[in-house]
Amino acid sequence: MAEYIIETNKGKWEIVVGLEIHCQIISKSKIFSSASTEFGDDPNVNVSFVDAGMPGMLPTLNKECVHQAVKTGLGLNAKINKYSEFSRKNYFYADMPTDYQITQFRYPIVGEGEITIDLSDGTTKKIGIERMHIEQDAGKSIHDLNPTKSYIDLNRAGVGLMEIVTKPDFRAPEEAGAFLRKLRSILRYLGTCDGNMDEGSMRCDVNVSVRPYGSNELRPRGEMKNVNSVKFVMQAIESEAKRHIEVYENGGQIEQETRQFDPTTGQSKLMRKKEFAHDYRYFPEPDLPPLVLSDEYINTVKAEMIELPDAKKQRFVETLGLTPYDAMVLCENKEYAAFFEQAAQGHDAKKVANWMMGDFFAMLNKKRLDISQSPVSAENLGNLVELISKDVISGKIAKDVFEIMSETGEDPEKIVEEKGLKQVTDTGAIEAIINEVIASNPDNVAAYKNGKTNLAGWFVGQVIKMSKGKANPSIVNKLIREKLDQ
Amino acid sequence: MSDITKLTVSEILKALKTKEFTSYELTEAYLRNMENNRNYNAYITENAEIALQQAKESDIRYAKGENRALEGIPLGIKDLFCTKNIRTTAASHILDNFIPPYESTVTQNLLDDGAVFLGKLNLDEFAMGGSNETSYFGPVINPWSKDKPLVPGGSSGGSAAAVAAHLCAAATGTDTGGSIREPAAFCGITGIKPTYGRCSRYGIVAFASSLDQAGPIAQDVRDCAILLKSMAGFDEKDSTSCEVAVPDYESFLDGDIKGLKIGLPKEYRPDGLNSEIAAYWDKAAEYLKARGAEVKWISLPHTKYALATYYVLAPAEASSNLARYDGIRYGFRADGQHLDDLYINTRTQGFGSEVKRRIMIGTYVLSAGYYDAYFLKAQKMRRLIHDDFMNAFKECDVILTPTSPITAFPIGDESMLENPINMYLNDVFTVSVNLAGLPALSLPIGLSAGGLPYGMQLIGKPFDEGTLFNVAAKIEADAKFERI
Repeated sequence: MAEYIIETNKGKWEIVVGLEIHCQIISKSKIFSSASTEFGDDPNVNVSFVDAGMPGMLPTLNKECVHQAVKTGLGLNAKINKYSEFSRKNYFYADMPTDYQITQFRYPIVGEGEITIDLSDGTTKKIGIERMHIEQDAGKSIHDLNPTKSYIDLNRAGVGLMEIVTKPDFRAPEEAGAFLRKLRSILRYLGTCDGNMDEGSMRCDVNVSVRPYGSNELRPRGEMKNVNSVKFVMQAIESEAKRHIEVYENGGQIEQETRQFDPTTGQSKLMRKKEFAHDYRYFPEPDLPPLVLSDEYINTVKAEMIELPDAKKQRFVETLGLTPYDAMVLCENKEYAAFFEQAAQGHDAKKVANWMMGDFFAMLNKKRLDISQSPVSAENLGNLVELISKDVISGKIAKDVFEIMSETGEDPEKIVEEKGLKQVTDTGAIEAIINEVIASNPDNVAAYKNGKTNLAGWFVGQVIKMSKGKANPSIVNKLIREKLDQ
Repeated sequence: MSDITKLTVSEILKALKTKEFTSYELTEAYLRNMENNRNYNAYITENAEIALQQAKESDIRYAKGENRALEGIPLGIKDLFCTKNIRTTAASHILDNFIPPYESTVTQNLLDDGAVFLGKLNLDEFAMGGSNETSYFGPVINPWSKDKPLVPGGSSGGSAAAVAAHLCAAATGTDTGGSIREPAAFCGITGIKPTYGRCSRYGIVAFASSLDQAGPIAQDVRDCAILLKSMAGFDEKDSTSCEVAVPDYESFLDGDIKGLKIGLPKEYRPDGLNSEIAAYWDKAAEYLKARGAEVKWISLPHTKYALATYYVLAPAEASSNLARYDGIRYGFRADGQHLDDLYINTRTQGFGSEVKRRIMIGTYVLSAGYYDAYFLKAQKMRRLIHDDFMNAFKECDVILTPTSPITAFPIGDESMLENPINMYLNDVFTVSVNLAGLPALSLPIGLSAGGLPYGMQLIGKPFDEGTLFNVAAKIEADAKFERI
């Protein structure tokens, strides 16, 4: 990809960015209790005595969350640590019932990995994963219901989280955006996190620093907490980089600090400076033994792994002949890819991909439908493409047929049959129309014969028009030329 | 009939089975004792109404022949165990209005075996202390007190005093650094801290999670064996509880000890050790030798670091465990303008000074920049202390030591109050056991010249409580200690 360089009248700068992403684990119950993880229930309904931090209550590790974490680790092409430990991160807050968070500190469950991101110019880049650990979420504080009171909802307290920390490998805002999209795609493929940033099930902290272009130094970073969309992450990086450059170019220094990005202004504001950073007093959680995973267990999870977007994309390109771009778009979403594969079964895969990327997605967009609600089934879309491939209908007629399919959900063959839209391939019938067209356009025939041979196209158009689109264009083309060249 | 409250649990069980008296009568008798001896301050909450109801139900079960292992036995429960619908305070102002909606696993096990709960017993606030003087509800008086009131030991001071004064047939205790064994020794009764993981910690107000263990405090060794059998067992709600079968501990009492190797750690016998306890220690060793055991000196070389290690690790865990008492969801709250004020006011007013001291120590040793020097080093030392015991157990089966270097001291003793270190020093023989996670039992061995009980401690291999009961029963038989 083209380098992302910020150029001012004083010099050239590049950015160094790393991300920390909190992903809510999809699991029936919370990571250390048996309470439900259901989102959107009435406040404080899904709260066990453990979640409420009652005296004498003890955490017990939910195996489902461990399984999801291992799966995710494998999806990040990362090392699964057979030994990991839980730690307590101590800080007081009203929606943190025990006033410490159970997390993993020195020994996370997942070590280094990497994922490949797809950039807009068709190139790819590898982004390193530093680690991933599992921990519990906090509850929610609600401050805007009453001028003098705060309300606490503990439904979310204790829901399992995976915190993924990347290496500082991003050199452009676009790369961070592409990473988040790819990560979300992988998590959704695996079914380990639903990846909805607007609902907070995926939350991103962004670490940004800048340095003179071409240098290798690492300067102090600004950390922006809880940026809640891909777009805002990219904006936050740009604005923070600009802020740093301004400070440096005016002779100032950047200090490590925590900031909050405000999407309405596109700016971030200071939350706390480094000297006011919490001392979390991490220490090993004495209520939970270390988590030890056997090779056998890890292999079992490996055996459950499904084909992930990158592998699928590669297969679509190499064995189905799709363009990398089409393959990427279709593979980003597991449901798209599945729909495509079903539609392409036994048909021309490239044509099916073209149809999906074109009319099909346009139709879903227009109707505001999810692919699972599509009136056109994968099988019918495949059949439509087959009708084109077999010259039963022309591409133009196919568009009309698709229109009907998207209203009625009917089988294209049935539509073609009922509406009499089959292509005319009978040369006799086509010749009759051609003769009529030639007879009624003597001027153009003369012009053609005088060398304006590109009028052939016009004649073809007229014939097809007269056939109501049913005449096979290649037959028309061949016959027209024969007639005119006589 | 003689005073039925002076009977041991095993004697009561026999009497209830043969219908000599009913559980209801017995419960009434204990409730009368409790009423007449409120000066001991052993109970924080009396549970008379429910206790009598439970006793009635037990009597029905006896009548039907459906009696369970502890049917109708009136127990006192240390007020650190959460008991459903019965106030549970941890002897702290911060929980003095707390009524748990759940039952701890250990007390549930006792209820499932038919026990009757007379009430909740006093203790040091959050079990932090060795004299029961840090309780928000005031100190407990040792029933052995003569001219001036003596401490019962701590933290399970209410439990030990209540058992010694017959205010219950037996009691539960918890032990983080000696909290069962020291009060048992000071009050002339028997208590056992089982192996870490033997009893579930679920529902016990946590002090230091990696050290806390529940255990019984009772009049004799047999009663401890009977009670521990009921209390112990794997619990999936406590990830640190162990899936190890619980044997019938009573069956160990009649075993012989011929050829058993008894280790005496030389580090527990410094030159300055008080000569009375040293003599009793020798005497206990003689009893065992006379019964065919082999007594030998062993070494636990890291003993001198145990107290320091303990007083880094236990406060560290406590500082985090006690964070939840913040006034937000339950317990005492002192309001404030802002959230931080609410925390500060609640915790300043809600906790006593010893608890605050330990929270401060614990916070300090976990702080950035001090973690490696204190917490991490203490953890390493803990491993070495554990390894000392494992090495020693290659040469012996059981370790015999005094429980405490001293006898009960007066309430308000100036040297103890002036310098908390003097109080901490009383734990010198008990804390290593918690650091190593081992089972240890304390039983009375004899009286001091001043007429106060001394205790002997037996330390066993992990999950080998049975051998402790066996050896303890022999010392008990030979020492012929006379309880109150």
